[in-house]
Amino acid sequence: MFNKKECVAMLLAGGQGSRLYALTQKVAKPAVPFGGKYRIIDFPLSNCVNSGIDTVGVLTQYQPLVMNDYIGNGQPWDLDRVHGGVHILAPYQSQTGADWYQGTANAIYQNLSFIERYDPEYVIILSGDHIYKMDYDKMLSFHKEKGAAATIAVINVPIDEASRFGIMFAHEDGQIYDFVEKPPEPKSTLASMGIYIFTYDILKKYLTENEMDESENNSKDFGKDIIPALLRDNQKLYAYRFDGYWKDVGTIDSLWEANMDLINPNIPIDLYDPSWKIYSRNPALPPQVIGKSAKIQNSMVTEGCVIDGTVDFSMLSDGVIIEKDAIVTDSILMPGAVIRSGAKVEYAIIGENSEICDGAHVGRRPEDMPNRDEWGVAVVGQDIKISSGKVVAPKEIISESI
Amino acid sequence: MGTSNMGKVLGLVFANMHDSTVKDLTKARTMGSILFGGRYRMIDFPLSNFVNSGISTVGVITKYNYQSLIDHLGTGREWDLSRKKGGLYLLPPFSNVESKLYRGRLEALYGVLNFIKSVHAEYVLMSDCDVVANIDYKPVLSAHIQSGADITCITHTGQYNTELIKSSTVLSIDSNNVVKDVLIGSNLSGVCTLSLNMFIIKKNFLVDLVQTAIAQGRYSFERDILQSKLGELKIVAYEYSGYFKKIYSEKSYFEANMDLLNIDNCKELFTLRRPIYTKVRDNAPSKYGLNSHVANSLVADGCVIDGTVENSVLFRGVNIGKGVTVKNAILMQDTIIGDGSKVQNVITDKNVSIANDRTLISSDDYPMFIGKGASV
Repeated sequence: MFNKKECVAMLLAGGQGSRLYALTQKVAKPAVPFGGKYRIIDFPLSNCVNSGIDTVGVLTQYQPLVMNDYIGNGQPWDLDRVHGGVHILAPYQSQTGADWYQGTANAIYQNLSFIERYDPEYVIILSGDHIYKMDYDKMLSFHKEKGAAATIAVINVPIDEASRFGIMFAHEDGQIYDFVEKPPEPKSTLASMGIYIFTYDILKKYLTENEMDESENNSKDFGKDIIPALLRDNQKLYAYRFDGYWKDVGTIDSLWEANMDLINPNIPIDLYDPSWKIYSRNPALPPQVIGKSAKIQNSMVTEGCVIDGTVDFSMLSDGVIIEKDAIVTDSILMPGAVIRSGAKVEYAIIGENSEICDGAHVGRRPEDMPNRDEWGVAVVGQDIKISSGKVVAPKEIISESI
Repeated sequence: MGTSNMGKVLGLVFANMHDSTVKDLTKARTMGSILFGGRYRMIDFPLSNFVNSGISTVGVITKYNYQSLIDHLGTGREWDLSRKKGGLYLLPPFSNVESKLYRGRLEALYGVLNFIKSVHAEYVLMSDCDVVANIDYKPVLSAHIQSGADITCITHTGQYNTELIKSSTVLSIDSNNVVKDVLIGSNLSGVCTLSLNMFIIKKNFLVDLVQTAIAQGRYSFERDILQSKLGELKIVAYEYSGYFKKIYSEKSYFEANMDLLNIDNCKELFTLRRPIYTKVRDNAPSKYGLNSHVANSLVADGCVIDGTVENSVLFRGVNIGKGVTVKNAILMQDTIIGDGSKVQNVITDKNVSIANDRTLISSDDYPMFIGKGASV
């Protein structure tokens, strides 16, 4: 077939991201700004194009407006192709009815006709809430070499964090013999990264069978239903070990940490490597203007920023304004955030286009807390104004102007 | 859009005009591809101004050294000029067997006359690449139509130094903005009205003017049309009063870059309503390390700064090592300053690399220039 592709990527970007609270009120999780000039989805999309995968279906469902607008025709990622390219796949109405995506497996099932158009040998399933740089082509070679039905990318996690993940049990050669979703007492540290490569015929068979299963405990989910079904049938399931940087950014704390990781010279994620660029949609803003009273250290700053205050250990997105005598430390400022003269922002995430007025104080340093247990990152949502002199306590999440 | 005439305008950019005024910078490139303001090239200003004014058919006239320009422009997509109808046309010299390297604007136009004739347009708007400005051409065209002018010249009036005036065409105008006198290379000083070498003219009329002039062996638009035909033609000035800087020497290039350190100038030039577009390089944000100290500077993305930077312009991908001091400098794309070096009053071209512990200090009134790809 003219349009044939060896491997098609399906990117699950429908996640509401409810654990990001105020930050996902207006956008889906994968569209949350990250790392100064990116959105979370830039990482899997850039990985795809850098790995030679030029056909990507992006499955959206929750708050799709910003995401659709952001992805557009895919040009920023070089995914505007004559054949293939990036396609937004929203739930649609068919003759048999209209359904929201009910689970990750169901979302792919509803879009089998998209995949079929490219007649692929393999399908790679990705999620839109992880920060990492990975060559999917190497994983695909591994999958082919093993003659696997499915290959799951895994990473070693600390044993005390293992209960948050799907945990694999694999033989020396990588073949998986058991899998437990979020075990309370984990006995292995091989965590699923939520990246699956399937041989397409097998994927189609299992998705179709899963769809027929009308039992109540079918959640139509890869981790809960599809992978266990493959194991039950003794299909060849392999774990592909990844040892680079990988971080789930599904919570306020992990989002904050992952941003801070980019600033930390000891953390191995390099955004300055010309051979593996992370692409993003460019806002056409002028260079950053650093004023006479500015003091910036240990921070990342991008285009359109105007900085005249003090910035330390912080991540500043495009168009951020920090006035003279404003102090920003250990914080993430999303696009268009404005910190007025005399305001103080510590250990906080400030959402898009929000304004922190004179004398307001957002967040606190953990060492300034009488009780450390009450400490946490403070969050100000999108389009919010914190008026003069107001205080936002640590851990507090502000979703309306005060 | 139905009421706007901007769709009937062909934009023409002269990429090589005035190359000789900044010889160091144009050694391997055109005036239009000179890097400016941290992340731009000079041609970004006329192209963005055209596009923001609703002009979507643009021809770029080149002469030589245009490889860097071709790289920069690509398909024109970054300026939204990759179109099915109209879009960006790169017009190299030698478009027909008789054409030769042009001597002036009229010969340059003659070389691309077939292109001009073939474009569906009623008006032509010409611009060079030596002016840094953010101009809305819509009111200029309206004024041109309303005044019934044969040619409208965009002007800027102010107090300028003699060198700038000498490099420009100076107009004297009456109370109705009609041009009464045209001076080229004059020794005037004080307040005067400069032509920005941006002209609006009816397409068919321009074609006639060019054909007649070439038949008579004339090639200078300024001398042989504006000056010589002042009595016959109605030439009207349109005053642009926004941000304006002209590049007419290396010193003026240095000063124009430094002028953007004033935030008010920056805001006026890069107004959000009419963005200046440029080629996207997909650099990561800039990283300010421990012990970095940056003040009064313009910094593009992709820089890694571990030293002190003051009163300087850093282009994309510049690397400032530990213990470095950079003052009053323009460091173009991918310049590397090694640990412990001191750099003052210096312009480095692209990909310049300065080793550790070097001192490069020039005088305040004349910046040192270090050519493309040099290692010090």
